[in-house]
Amino acid sequence: MTSAFRTLSLGAALCSAAACASTMSSSGGGGMSTAAPSPDPRVGLRGGLMDAGQAAWNLRLLSATPPSKQFLGAVNSDLAFTGPYVIQGSYDGYQIWDITNPASPSLKVANYCPASQSDVSVYRNLLFVSAEGNTGRIDCSDKGVKDPVSTERIKGVRIFDVTDIAHPRNVANVQTCRGSHTHTVLVDPNDHDNVYVYVSGSSGIRPAAELPGCVSAMPEKDPNSALFRIEVIKVPLAHPEQAAIVSSPRIFNDLTAPARHGSSAVDRQVAAAARARGEFVADVFGESMILPAGFTGPLLDSVVKARKGSGPPTRADSAALRAALPGMIAKMVGEDGPPHGPTQCHDITVYPAVGLAGGACEGYGLLLDIRNPTNPVRIGAVADSNFSYWHSATFNNDGTKVLFSDEWGGGGQPKCRASDPKDWGADALFTIDANRQMHFQSYYKMPAAQTALENCVAHNGSLIPIPGRDVMVQAWYQGGISVFDWTDAAHPKEIAFFDRGPVDSTQFTMGGSWSVYWYNGAIVSSEIARGLDVFELTPSAFVSQNEIDAAKSVHLDYLNTQGQPQYVWAPSFVLARAYVDQLARSNALGASRVAAVRQSLASAEAASGAVRRDALTQLAVQLDGDARGADAQKVRILAGTVRDLAAASR
Amino acid sequence: MRHRLPLALLGALAVGGCGAHPGATPATAPDPATAGRLATPAAIAKARADSARYAYTAADIHFMSSMIGHHAQAIIISRWAPTHGASPAVLRLAERIINAQQDEIGTMQQWLRARQQPVPDARPMAMTMKMDGMEHEMLMPGMLTDEQMKQLDAARGAEFDKLFLRDMIQHHTGATVMVKQLFDTYGAGQDELVFKFASDVNVDQTTEIARMQKMLAALTLGITLPNSTY
Repeated sequence: MTSAFRTLSLGAALCSAAACASTMSSSGGGGMSTAAPSPDPRVGLRGGLMDAGQAAWNLRLLSATPPSKQFLGAVNSDLAFTGPYVIQGSYDGYQIWDITNPASPSLKVANYCPASQSDVSVYRNLLFVSAEGNTGRIDCSDKGVKDPVSTERIKGVRIFDVTDIAHPRNVANVQTCRGSHTHTVLVDPNDHDNVYVYVSGSSGIRPAAELPGCVSAMPEKDPNSALFRIEVIKVPLAHPEQAAIVSSPRIFNDLTAPARHGSSAVDRQVAAAARARGEFVADVFGESMILPAGFTGPLLDSVVKARKGSGPPTRADSAALRAALPGMIAKMVGEDGPPHGPTQCHDITVYPAVGLAGGACEGYGLLLDIRNPTNPVRIGAVADSNFSYWHSATFNNDGTKVLFSDEWGGGGQPKCRASDPKDWGADALFTIDANRQMHFQSYYKMPAAQTALENCVAHNGSLIPIPGRDVMVQAWYQGGISVFDWTDAAHPKEIAFFDRGPVDSTQFTMGGSWSVYWYNGAIVSSEIARGLDVFELTPSAFVSQNEIDAAKSVHLDYLNTQGQPQYVWAPSFVLARAYVDQLARSNALGASRVAAVRQSLASAEAASGAVRRDALTQLAVQLDGDARGADAQKVRILAGTVRDLAAASR
Repeated sequence: MRHRLPLALLGALAVGGCGAHPGATPATAPDPATAGRLATPAAIAKARADSARYAYTAADIHFMSSMIGHHAQAIIISRWAPTHGASPAVLRLAERIINAQQDEIGTMQQWLRARQQPVPDARPMAMTMKMDGMEHEMLMPGMLTDEQMKQLDAARGAEFDKLFLRDMIQHHTGATVMVKQLFDTYGAGQDELVFKFASDVNVDQTTEIARMQKMLAALTLGITLPNSTY
């Protein structure tokens, strides 16, 4: 049955490709135009579940595989990768596909075990699956859990042993007070015996009768509150059945870092200077605010009046007001208890190679120091009135930038209509300075207007390991897939896309790409309603074949995108050529110099032993001389790659 | 005779013995075997996606029906912002509330329509409930009273900003109370869409409450916040 389905769906895809004039790869030819296709072929695509019209630019769809029979009609969610396998979460459990042949994924196992959202991660022989919905059952059956208090319910993280990937075995269930909407596996470079799982739960707090120790009161009423914290599960690799919560870091407490796009260090200096001048400065929501005289003047007068005095306020009056201010402000602005920041995160991306994590937490984007895995420490926070709900984070490979996405409307609403603002439901791009502070640069939103029948907003994506550049592929639900370059964080630019028409052209229906990630050369997308799509990047004016081949030279044994790996490129001729292509594109090297360098590389590659080594060494020396101007650093990186190649030819 | 009942009673009424309008008929999931006989994966997927995997209950229907009127009131007062001299920050907030809650009303109406339930118009109706043979009219948690509506409508400029934020914090808080009542109810929130929708309302509005508290604090203290700080 399954293979019959696949044949049928591929047939449908081919039909639609043939029938739909807008299905094309417009820059695949010799022109190599840098202009985006106009009019945008994503606008006005025909609807349909398995036969929608589709538009592609610099991406080629290699396969579109419907869910296995039992999973048809369920919501497909996030992806994790190990070896040749992609693990696809679903509200009904998970499916594991073998994508050795990306043009024809084959189903390895479908494990029916319902729970939303089934966010998945994998590490060695262990598979982690999030459970948050009210219907998730420990016994994996589909009976649901009607009772608001029940010991049959699971909200937390299921752990499976996938030593035999065809026969996953449930070895542990770690229950948490707010369930697990998402989770993040942290592999600590200094701990080889355990992995850590950061759990972000956004469901209501479970009654203590269902899970002992869960407290829904605010922390000031009960220090054991399940609010304002994440959970950290420690998983002993030799004994995963002993996985348990080891800490509940309150990373939101005293959100004192100024939460703003601007220069926070400057803001702090301004507040300090105002304090030094004797002005009144109040700390409100972690912000140091200089109070205007119009506000403090009448208050000072009332202090004078209260002591039955007259005339201008004295130094003692000022001191009295200064002491009373925090209490007064708390009372003024905190009718419903003291003001507070986020109570939880939606998702956390850890980047162990640089010791940082990005927390997307309600109204804030947080930067965390994770060098002590059980005690992440907040070191920065940003907020933005254009952001509705901070959803996820992605670092660039150097760890010098971070991108946060805004899941405005929760992913179930059409937020990419022509009338929806471009800075709402978008990505916000920040640079990270040497003091690990974040600075806002720009927004990026998939630019093609979608219909009101298509849920669309920024969602999950990953870096594409094109050396020397920051390129990301991102899912936008029914807004499709967008590949963009954010090397210049102030000017992100779309360089490839894929989109289909609405799942249903008669009424709003959930669908689209939940997540899309690069894994060992394949771009794999989890389509909520349609199944599993695999793409490849095609050469264009923006990305050369050498750059694609260099990206493909990076091999990962496994991938959890929210446990971000650092890409490392082994020295190779294709890597050198990729850098040369970039220098040619930016005109950092003149045309004749580029031609000469390419010729030198070709001759060296054709040679061997000492001849190759000497040719490469000579080229590297020449390149050192070329390192001038804006791209000098890239020329030096190219020279370094050439030297590494020379060293490898000994 | 029509009364207004205290809000606190509502949770009990919503799912208790009182017959709530619209009348609720709990549904059962369709026979999967029926879906299995369909010919194509597309047809099966569509049949399954359209069907309620888990039975929905009277509480789910009540939630989806009454939240429509709840949202409608938020939209009405948000539309006053441009004509009542709201500040740019409050204008933007109001714009986003309108955009978000209009779409959500569409979601709720579609959910009800698909289940052959009465679909309330997007008007801030008090819910009418029958109890002991009498009709009671009550406001959902957090909804503004007529007096509050009049007061807000009469305000202009900074006074409007302040009242708007205060009222919207109350209104949003009420929505989170409705979500909690839903999930505390036996059999409720099993339907996937209801669970997702109610959970989204909860996190979105909780986040917006924190943002509005901050705006209100700044306003109360006479401080202008940069856009990038809330």
